[in-house]
Amino acid sequence: MALVKDINCREAVSLIGNYLDGRLPRRERRRLERHLAGCDACQAYLEQMRATIILTGQVGPEDLSDQALDDLMDVFERFRRDGDEDATP
Amino acid sequence: MTPVCVTAHGAVSGVLSKKSCEMEVRYNNFVSTTVSSVDDEELLQRFLAGDREAFRTLVQRYHTVLVQVARYYVNSTATAEDVAQETWIAVLKGAERFEGRASFKTWLFRIVANRARSTGTREKRQIPIDPTDPVAGDRFNSEGMWKEPPASFADLLADNEANAEVAAAVRVAISNLPDVQRSVVTLRDVEGLSTSEVAALLDLSEANIRVVLHRARAHIRETVERVAKGDR
Repeated sequence: MALVKDINCREAVSLIGNYLDGRLPRRERRRLERHLAGCDACQAYLEQMRATIILTGQVGPEDLSDQALDDLMDVFERFRRDGDEDATP
Repeated sequence: MTPVCVTAHGAVSGVLSKKSCEMEVRYNNFVSTTVSSVDDEELLQRFLAGDREAFRTLVQRYHTVLVQVARYYVNSTATAEDVAQETWIAVLKGAERFEGRASFKTWLFRIVANRARSTGTREKRQIPIDPTDPVAGDRFNSEGMWKEPPASFADLLADNEANAEVAAAVRVAISNLPDVQRSVVTLRDVEGLSTSEVAALLDLSEANIRVVLHRARAHIRETVERVAKGDR
């Protein structure tokens, strides 16, 4: 938690979103990385954001209700049956 | 020898701590693996060969996201459900024409977005410019420095038992996000689409997607931090 070079923690945090996207202009990126090198708290914040993205990617799809799944499988069955009928000479 | 961490922006010597570097590598590995969706194409091939279970798996995997994308464009959840079902019918009819130029999921999401757009009666979404910081202002002192450092999430990632609790909390956090944030973070971070793909699906600029995404991630981060600290 330190004022490192010319940006403070609050400003560093505001840059981290674009930093993670690789969208920070080189000059700002260097200022941020200099700040991170001397600031454990902002490094912890950066780690939190990376962890958040990993954790969000691990939640998987929301559960589908059995009823909704059954309805959609009926669609599949109808399509396959009608397809077979269409194919019958 | 100075430790070197190969970050998203190239090798950085002595800038990041060892712990940060490990997280960076894990993050990059994660991003590169989630983008892949080989399994979907395999399921599609099995479905084309008449495998009912392959279709079931695809439906379980994507139906709720299809409803969410549709809901972005239409006024009611019931209409969104109809659009999602029509999308599956379109897949059943058109699967043989899938050429594999884009991933299956990108193709699928394009179908639902196109159908929802033509059905939708919702007014065009306005993305408010949000100038506030991603972290609550009271976390910083008058000089803009952290009063208390953020809690580490490293233990949460390593602990399988905690993972289930965190996953549930993340899911709730996503479902509580405003519509646009929920759609963006679901497509970008849950489904692993690129920023440009999400922008095309939601008719927003890439700059807007990034703004909305940062906001959504910050909300989810707050939720995970509460779990990490033991607050519920």
